[in-house]
Amino acid sequence: MEATEILFLIIAAITVISAAIVAFSNKIIYAAFSLLLTLFGFAALYVYLSADFIAVSQVMIYVGGILILILFGVLMTQRIYDVSVKSERNPVLPTLLTAIGSAVVLGLIIFKTPWRQVADSGYAPITERIGQAIMGDFLLPFEIASILLLAALIGSVFIARAEEKK
Amino acid sequence: MDPFGRFLADLIPLFNDMPAWLAITITGLIAGTLLLVFMAVFALFAVYLERKVSAHMQDRLGPMEVGGWHGWAQTIADAVKLLAKEDLIPKNVDRILFKAAPMLVFGATTAAFGALPFSADLIPADMNIGLLYILAVSSLVVIGILMAGWSSNNKWSLYGAMRAAAQIVSYEIPIALSLLVAVVIVGSLNMSDLVRFQDGTIFDWIFLKYYGLGFIAFIIYFVASLAEVNRTPFDLPEAESELVAGFHTEYSGMRFAMFFLAEYANMFLVAAIATSVFLGGWLPPFPVLDFIPGAVWFVGKSLFLVFIQMWLRWTLPRLRVDQLMYTCWKVLTPFSFAVLMIVATLIII
Repeated sequence: MEATEILFLIIAAITVISAAIVAFSNKIIYAAFSLLLTLFGFAALYVYLSADFIAVSQVMIYVGGILILILFGVLMTQRIYDVSVKSERNPVLPTLLTAIGSAVVLGLIIFKTPWRQVADSGYAPITERIGQAIMGDFLLPFEIASILLLAALIGSVFIARAEEKK
Repeated sequence: MDPFGRFLADLIPLFNDMPAWLAITITGLIAGTLLLVFMAVFALFAVYLERKVSAHMQDRLGPMEVGGWHGWAQTIADAVKLLAKEDLIPKNVDRILFKAAPMLVFGATTAAFGALPFSADLIPADMNIGLLYILAVSSLVVIGILMAGWSSNNKWSLYGAMRAAAQIVSYEIPIALSLLVAVVIVGSLNMSDLVRFQDGTIFDWIFLKYYGLGFIAFIIYFVASLAEVNRTPFDLPEAESELVAGFHTEYSGMRFAMFFLAEYANMFLVAAIATSVFLGGWLPPFPVLDFIPGAVWFVGKSLFLVFIQMWLRWTLPRLRVDQLMYTCWKVLTPFSFAVLMIVATLIII
């Protein structure tokens, strides 16, 4: 086994285990902090796909922005420890059916898709290509996304200001 | 292979015979150890410098006893004391997060050091997205600070951590926008490309380019970076009179030392980014001075900026929270946007 493969397995294990902690921990604070490892593991996996720009953007946006927002939310909640997240009635049969159904659909998609085996082209820089694609072929989606973000920005400013009138 | 690997391979021919993965691992270990030693030595030096600078600004002497000449061994004695101190963990803290937080803060800072271009050969990792990488990795520090503040189970720690997080997240925006000015001018995110673009005399450095707009971007970056590393006038997260010591109130011994080391390393980090992006990195101000090695120029320029940080700390009073947010959102952010747009227009024309 090559060294890169061992490293890949370690990264994958960290990602999966921390994702499991996010899903199953009954301490919200641990779930929020292990999300850090999950997002970081994903960034490392992007590096394996030689998508360095996306990896760094992942860390910057998700870890540096969204995770901090989530943490702020978690730190503001009461009773961070030992919150029982179980709902009162847990119907076994529908849950099982839904879970198996989605597992089957996902499995079919994974095994039926003809995955293209891209030749290993090494670590070529992609930042420039991404920039040209966004400013060229995908200009309209990019502008629409920025209008959406602008609307969200104005909306949040409006909500934040409304309290001043009271 | 990156420049540092090539540099080592030229130095020690044995590296060429090794398999690639082994050579990369060994160069990585060497680079990591060198960076760690550099950070520790810098912190020792900077603590001494800070004491002396503050003493001279306030017309006193500072440490004079330990070691003889002007108390030069004072910080070494302090470091030994910190190493020998008992490691106290309060009873009601969240032990896992309490122990993980200093490691995260320290690790994130060290990781950011990995992409700094000390000289043309001495770049531990010369990535084509180096600048973005440094910004992204140093944003992990905020998570570590929140972790420390919450797990300490102390209201001062939590308030300090909340303030630090709000401040750092806000000031990341003017920092990124002012650095983008330089990125737009150079057209690359690679740290060594950013430096090489400024080849020539001092007038080719970005802070003197584009009719003073580069200088405005540099000033915006410098002011915002003070807030990023929690230095005065933006040291609200550690306001002693209100919050005891901020997020590291409950830490002692070695864990406190790790926070402290990371704080001083961060001071150097922001100064080093400013140096390589705006002040020509390892390049001398005039080609005549080429005989002095690049790393000396780089560290010298960064230390000069660190000195200015200390100078400001002992000259300016602390801001209020509303003034802090006013400075960020109503002054620095609009101005950095304006500079970015004017520079972009000038480049297109």
